[in-house]
Order: sequence, then C-alpha cells, then structure tokens
Amino acid sequence: MRGFLLRRAATVPLTLLGVSLLVFAATELVPGDVARIILGREASQASVQALRDELGLDRPWFQRYADWLGGFLTGDWGTSYTLGVPVQDLVVSRLGQSLLLAGVAFTVLAPVAVGLGLWAGVRHDRAADRVISVGGLAFGAVPEFVTGVVLLVVFAVNLRWFPSGAQAPEGSGPLTVLWHLALPALSLVLLCTGYVARHVRAGTAVSVESAYARAAELRGLTRGQVVRRHVLRNSTVPAASALGVQLQFLLGGLVSVELLFGYPGIGALLLQSAVDKDLPVLQSAAMVLGLLYMVIVLGADVAYRLLDPRVRLGAVAS
Amino acid sequence: MIAVDGLSVAYQGVEIVREVSFTVAPGRTYGLVGESGSGKTTLGRALGRTGGDITAGRISVDGTDVLALSPRELRAWRASSLAVVHQEAGAALDPTMRVGAQLAGALRVQGRPRGDVADLLEKVRLPGEAARRYPHQLSGGQRQRVVIAAALAGRPRLLVLDEPTTGLDATVEHEILDLIWALRADIGAAVVLISHDLALVGRLCDDVGVLYAGRLVEEGPAARVLSAPRHPYTKALIDSAPRIGADSVPAAIPGQPPAPGEAPPGCAFAPRCAAADDRCRTVPPGLADGARCHHPGARAVVPVPALPHRRQEVTPLIEVRNLTRAYGRTRVLDDVSLSIGRNEIVGLVGESGSGKTTLARAVAGLGRRGGGVITLDGAELPVEVGRRDPATRRRVSMVFQDSDASLNPSHTVRTILARALGGPERVEELAALAALEPHLLDVRPHRLSGGQKQRVAIARAFAGRPDLIVCDEPVSALDVSVQAGVLRTLADQQALTGVSYLFISHDLAVVCQLADRVAVMSGGRIVEEGPAERILREPRHPYTIGLLRAAGHEPSQRRRHVH
Repeated sequence: MRGFLLRRAATVPLTLLGVSLLVFAATELVPGDVARIILGREASQASVQALRDELGLDRPWFQRYADWLGGFLTGDWGTSYTLGVPVQDLVVSRLGQSLLLAGVAFTVLAPVAVGLGLWAGVRHDRAADRVISVGGLAFGAVPEFVTGVVLLVVFAVNLRWFPSGAQAPEGSGPLTVLWHLALPALSLVLLCTGYVARHVRAGTAVSVESAYARAAELRGLTRGQVVRRHVLRNSTVPAASALGVQLQFLLGGLVSVELLFGYPGIGALLLQSAVDKDLPVLQSAAMVLGLLYMVIVLGADVAYRLLDPRVRLGAVAS
Repeated sequence: MIAVDGLSVAYQGVEIVREVSFTVAPGRTYGLVGESGSGKTTLGRALGRTGGDITAGRISVDGTDVLALSPRELRAWRASSLAVVHQEAGAALDPTMRVGAQLAGALRVQGRPRGDVADLLEKVRLPGEAARRYPHQLSGGQRQRVVIAAALAGRPRLLVLDEPTTGLDATVEHEILDLIWALRADIGAAVVLISHDLALVGRLCDDVGVLYAGRLVEEGPAARVLSAPRHPYTKALIDSAPRIGADSVPAAIPGQPPAPGEAPPGCAFAPRCAAADDRCRTVPPGLADGARCHHPGARAVVPVPALPHRRQEVTPLIEVRNLTRAYGRTRVLDDVSLSIGRNEIVGLVGESGSGKTTLARAVAGLGRRGGGVITLDGAELPVEVGRRDPATRRRVSMVFQDSDASLNPSHTVRTILARALGGPERVEELAALAALEPHLLDVRPHRLSGGQKQRVAIARAFAGRPDLIVCDEPVSALDVSVQAGVLRTLADQQALTGVSYLFISHDLAVVCQLADRVAVMSGGRIVEEGPAERILREPRHPYTIGLLRAAGHEPSQRRRHVH
C-alpha cells in the first residue's frame, strides 16, 4: 500500500505541471487583450500600453509562465488583474465556500445513494428497484439548474421555507448556514443520487445472486445476515469509485448552481476569471482544483483497494 | 436417511426435473450423473430448497419433511442438517473476507467457537496460516478445501456435492476426492454427489442414478450400472468417454438432448437411440429393473473400433527452439523446444500454469515477446501475428477453448465463415467439413449448443487451408458425448487434408486418443516427449506417471516386462 501511495503521489506534480501548461496555452490562444478588458473600451491606447508594460504582458510567453510558476511554488500567487486583490486569499476563500457546499451535498448524497442502491439491488427487478432506478435516472437526466429553479420557485419564492440566496449573512450560526445551503445542496443530491445508486445496485444485485451469498444462505443465515456479512462490503466496492467521480463534479462543476443561488464558490470564480482573462486567478484556481481532483481520485482508489483485497494484494494464485 | 419421492422442479413453469425418487442411507454415497441440461444441478439445489419451484413430491431427511418447513424452521434445518459444496469453489467464498473469518462465520452458525477454525483447516489438510489468506490468494484446490471445511463446521445429515472437482486439474481433483472419501465416514452423513463424470461417480459412489432430460433413466449399485448398463443412454455415455488404453474410440451420441419442456411424448432418449421403435416414440417407459427403457440392454450407438496409431516418417513443419517467455519475474516458458511435422498431430498435456497455452499462443503469433525462435518450413516466423505476411498467417490457424468469446455474437455462422474464406462461395463446403448441419448457417452463435459452436470454430480454422491448426483445449468445455463427436471430426479432417495439429489439453485420455506424439509440460518445461503409445505404456517422468494415475490408468505394471 505504501508503495502504491508513493507511486501515485509522484505523478501529482507532473500532472499539475501539465494542467498549468494547458490553462496557460488556452488563455494565450483566446483572443482579447487583458489590459483592454481591465481598462474598458474607452481607455486610450497609451494607457492600455502602460498597463501592459506594468503587467509585463509583452514579454515572451515562457518568461511569463516561468515567472508565474516560480511565484506559485513559493507561495506568491500574484494579484488579480481585474479585482486587484491577492489571488491566494481569493482562491482560498472561494475554495472554502465550495468545499462547504460540496461537503453538505456529499454528506447527504453518500448514505442516501448507497442505501437506495443497496435496497434496489437486494430487491432487484421488484417494485422498489424499479422506482429507485427509474427515479434516479429521471432526476439524473434533469440538469441541476432546472431542478434548482424549480426548488427556488416552490420552496423559496412561493412557500418561503428557505432563502433564495445560498450565502448566509456574515457571522451566522451553523444552522443558518445549513438552512441557506439546503436548496442548492438538494438540487445537487437529486442530480447525483441516481448515478451512485445505479452503481451500488448493480454490485449488490450481482452479489446477492452470487455463489457465496447462496452458500451463506444454505448455511442457515437469514437474508438480512447474508446482506450484512457478505453483500454489503462487496457492493460498496463500485460505490467508492462512483462517489469519487461525483465528489469531483461537486467541487468544480457547480458553476450553474453557484450562479443560480448567488453563491461565491470556486466554479463561479473560475468562470469569471476565464471570461476576464484574469490569468493569475485562473491559473491558481485551476491548479488548486487539479490538486483536489487528484486527491479525490487517489482517495477513491485507496478506498477501492481497502474494500477489495483482490486489488490490494494482487492475484497470487490463478 | 434421505428419501426423495416423486420430486418435480420447475423454472418459470418449465419442468426441469420430473418425478425423481431415490433414497440414500447415512454413510452411503449416491451419485447423480447427467450431462448439461439434464437437470442435475436443479435437483441438487432443490435438495436444499433453493433454485426452482418444487411442483410435486417429497424430500425427507431423517424423518423431517423438508418441503413442509416454515422459513424459520428451514434456516434452522439448513444450519443443523445440510452442507453443500458447489462447483467453482472460488465463487462460494466471499472475495472480500479472509478465509479464517469465513470459517468462523460458518462455525458461529453452529454455536462453535472461533478457535475451531484451526481444527477445520487441519481436517481438510490445509496449513493454519491459510486462515489469514483471502480466497484469491489460494489455488483452486485449496479454495475447494476451504469450502469443504465450511461444510464440516456442523454435523450435516445430508451432504450435497455438486460437481466438486470440475475445473480442477487432474492431480488436484484426485486429492480433493481422496479427502472427501476419507472424511465421508467421519461425517456419517448421506452424501449426494452430482457429476457429469460417470467414471468418477463409479469410483466414489455406492449407488448411481443417471439423469436424462430431468428423469432418472437408470438406477442401481454403481458397480452394476457401470459394468452392465441396462439403459442405452447409460451405455452410450460410458462409450463416449475417452479411456486410456481402450480398444474402441469414444463414440459420440448423435443429436442433442431435448430442450427443457420440449421432451417428446415417449421415451425422451428415443430420437437419439438406434434401438428405438414406435413404442419408444409414443409410450413413456416406466422404471423397471433399474432402467426406464422398453429395450433394456440395447445399444444406442454402434461402437467404432480404434485405429492403430500411425507410424510414419515426418518432415518437420514447425520448429520451436529454446522458447522463453516471462510474465514479470515468473518464467512461464523455460527454454522449450518442440517440433511438429507435416501430417502430424502433436498433443501437448499439462496442468493449469504449466505454460501450455503460452506455448500455443506463441506458435499462433499471439502473446508477448521473449527469447527463442519459431520456424515454419525453415523460415523464421515473426513473433507477432501482425508482422507475419498474409500468406504465412493463413498457414497457421487456431481453435480456442472458449468458442463463446471467439465467435462474433452479432454475425450469423454464414457471415463468420464467409469472412474467414474471403467470399461466400465455399461456405457450405466448409460447414460440411466440420459436420455442421446446413440449417445452422443462418443462425447466430448464441442459438448454438457448445458442440456446434466449436464446430463453427473448427470450420473457420480450416478456411485458409492451413498447414497447422493450434487447438487450445477445444473440447474441454463440452459434455463427453459431444466431445467424442468433435474429436472425431478433428481426426477425420486431419486424415483427409493432411494438416498438422498442435493439440493442447489437460486431459491425457483425450490427447492420447488423437495424438501421434505427446509432449508433457510442467512448470514451463517439456518434461517428457515421445510417441503417444510409448508415453502410455512406459512413461518415464514421475509427473507423467502422476498424470496417468490421476486419469485412472496404472501405467507401470507392464514396464518391468519391457526392460
């Protein structure tokens, strides 16, 4: 296991380097002048040029890239072109907000989806399974901003049970924060549950019909005992990777939900910095997200290995 | 005492097992023999009240009416009185749990302490440290021992062994059967052994029941059923199994068993039986004198006399020299040399992991790189099939073990063969060559039986008029009665075309029936090589002798006379 972790950790810097190069190249290729964007259409050519000089935009790309990379590695992430605030503070605070929303959504998603998947799998091809499978598919097919709008209209605008903005006022207690996050989190849970539940259901259905489950039943165990002792662990193996995929999505792919509920997360920041060609912000946000993605993938793989000894220990006998 | 009386079992309304009755006394072993589709597994499952719906009959074990038990009573009965060992030992163990924990679970059901795990392992002759292993870290034989150990956790009154050694190597099979035999007295349970292997059942069981199309067609003491079978099917089944040193070649039973629910009105075996008359086709025979037949003692299939082994001068076709292949640090082939002559059948025998498949794949141009050379007519063959030119590629073809995986499921047989031929003209001819009925040409592989699929694969292998066909366990997945027919086809086509075979099998009896020369592989090396007759008569390597013993053939008596 230690060797596996070391090997995987060694690939992280390389991947991040690739990410930074790709993001850098993309911003280079997109037309538009950042100085012009900052100063507006009315600004004189001279002042635009002055800003270009100040930002060092006329230097060759590799110099700018090396500058940025060196700064990033030494903890000086620079200043946002458009907002004028230190990038590090900005990215860290936005990331914190995103982690909070993703965390709330995930905490609900994981047990609900795994539970539903197990239930559907144990009773596969029966009514409960049909309802869960079709329901999951239906909610998974509706984009989160559509669900979000419906939730907003029903629960925030009409019933007024929940606030329409996800951002709690400064200094609110944890319950108030949760209350504000409830609707966006719910729209995400509805979106992702079907996917995870489907994976768990498939694993469970195979496991329930397996020879070892039948053998356990023939030893005189009840159905419940068979599920608890044998099926549970075998069917959570596919859940680990499915949950990993969803967690990645929850962290970075939330632009629409963040915009809809007016929530200052890292997705919205990434989008805005890309539109503005705010390179320092874009680069740093992409790097931080990239790092987080890799940590999640690694976590899912570790969980997978812990759950399935065949992967962990390798096949000795064929 | 277990008594099964008039038991019928159905799946989704189709009767798979029909009116089966038999009794087994404690300490006795009853063998249920049948080919795939005969209903033997369904019957075995019904004994533990799992699987299909029991539509009629009674099962009583030591006076308990098993079919009348409530779910709660059924669980208690299973825990106290039943033990089942299924085929595919690996699958009966939870892959995510250590062996010790699984055995402890089985002991807990019996109210026995966890500490008894060591006792159980000792009983099945496994080292104590096996408890810390996961199932995938054990060999197939070891896994089956663990399953048997779990079955011994209680004091079962009924022990059901469903194909307990299928998929295991011959020597391992021998060990497992020895173990079961040794434990049988210790357990004192009534044992039901389910198998497709009549010879094996004959060796181990006191009584035998032969299942055909869901009915018992013959029943009696094992010695009697095997030596003097009364039902034509039993007789044909015995004759279809290859035996080392037999004076007749295995004869296939023509046709196929009826599909479930499609049994004819009279005797279910009548359409395949040479002795059948009008009465057989209309009136179902009753079980009289141990056989369910109107003409007990008749022959269903005419025996085929064995051909003398050919002796001829061979000109070399393929030469394998000093071949070495490795997976990581494991050497699968270690300096292997072998030559195959024109018009020669070379049999390659070995157990799983001996390297025989790696060698076959190397000759066919599949698999990985490594040391050594393979030459065809003196010219060196490139290692990878993709680097061989089309003409060379056509000269070596292959028949795989798993025809399900090697036939494209979305094509009809006609398309499969036409593609191999490069045009639709000779398809019928090719099909006829592999004894494939013409009406099967327009169906897709999933509609075919195992034997028919393998015939398609054989026909395809002949499409390019090859010089050599590599046959990798081509009959291992087939029932014996079907296997005999496929082997016959292979032999006939060889005699007709003069093609060479590299014929790979774990089954020495099959190899010796077909091959001119036999090479025995073990641990990545060829440990013995020679004419098939000589290998049978006077094997030299201990490993070969072990293989022959495991196949039920005692080779060494005549050896003293030779030397």
